Amino acid sequence: MDKILYEFSRWAIPLFLFCIPLYAFLRGVKVYECFIKGAEEGFGVAVRIIPYLVAMMMAVGIFRQAGVMELIARHSGNLFQWLHIPPDIIPLALMRPFSGGGALGIAAELIKSYGPDSLIGRLASTMQGSTDTTFFVLTVYFGSIGVRKYRYSLAVGLLADLTTLMASVYIVNKIFLA
Amino acid sequence: MINGIWLLMILMGILLAGWQGKPEVVTQAAFQAAQAAVVYSLELIGVMSFWLGMMKIAEEAGLVNALVKLLKPLTRLLFPSVPAGHPAMGSILMNLSANILGLGNAATPFGLKAMQELQDLNGTKDTATDAMCTFLALNTACITLMPTMIIGIRLSAGSADPTEIVGTTLFATALGMGMAVTADNILRRIYRGRKYG
Repeated sequence: MDKILYEFSRWAIPLFLFCIPLYAFLRGVKVYECFIKGAEEGFGVAVRIIPYLVAMMMAVGIFRQAGVMELIARHSGNLFQWLHIPPDIIPLALMRPFSGGGALGIAAELIKSYGPDSLIGRLASTMQGSTDTTFFVLTVYFGSIGVRKYRYSLAVGLLADLTTLMASVYIVNKIFLA
Repeated sequence: MINGIWLLMILMGILLAGWQGKPEVVTQAAFQAAQAAVVYSLELIGVMSFWLGMMKIAEEAGLVNALVKLLKPLTRLLFPSVPAGHPAMGSILMNLSANILGLGNAATPFGLKAMQELQDLNGTKDTATDAMCTFLALNTACITLMPTMIIGIRLSAGSADPTEIVGTTLFATALGMGMAVTADNILRRIYRGRKYG
């Protein structure tokens, strides 16, 4: 199982790059010209999201660097205890919806200091492998097309984040604590 | 909602930094983040161009259409407002496939293309449509078979079994995705008929 997954992740992209163009070529597609035609669209989109990204990353940056997350983590121990979430995992849980890079940093740190095969290490791995960064996805995706009214999207994303968090805590405790 | 949260994040950060007597943290964080945003989008140009080029080849070869046809029953259920045969469906499915396989840097280009195509169906350009909300719900909480990044971190941290978290991740993401789809469905009904805002 281990080996298969590891090999898969190594081979996925090269295999994809081998098979798709070859198959297309055999079906008479002008592969090179076709690639160019698709790639042309990349530039405009990437430039269009800049103002949205600046706005969101600036707000998240100030929020993070000022230590608001740590403050919340310190004063919400009881709530998290009630939800059976270990205190060391609180910063990761709070960071996850806001900053992918920040969360990855915390998860890597937890895995290193507690060990990848500890309960905390496994929980951090599961949480990090799970949901995407809600704020980031909404900012980039809506920003790229100039949508400014998100309606209920943010609520759905955060609700799903909470569900994934609870599910991670439950399943890791159930499988690895027994 | 997003306006309130945005303002709240900035104000809370500034108040806390000021209270701790280190307001310069705010200045530094703000400019650093602004710069990081531009760096990210410049890097995105390369990744976007690469994956959109590959997708065009797959499209011309009829592979994307085959995927769309295969998953039609599911997508009709999730995206009733997207007409059959609309190109958005192909991009949506490519994006979700990339997410499921843990190919994070392929997911974003396909996703952004899907958003563009969904925008063609949008009557009020500054407001999210039902289909966009569903698509983003699936995107922020997508079932993951292959959390490649975290397996790599566990491997380098010397784990005895780096992939033992694949099962727990699958469980957690499946529940998260279930919640996302359910909440999206319920909120869509509540918001319908109400003025967008």
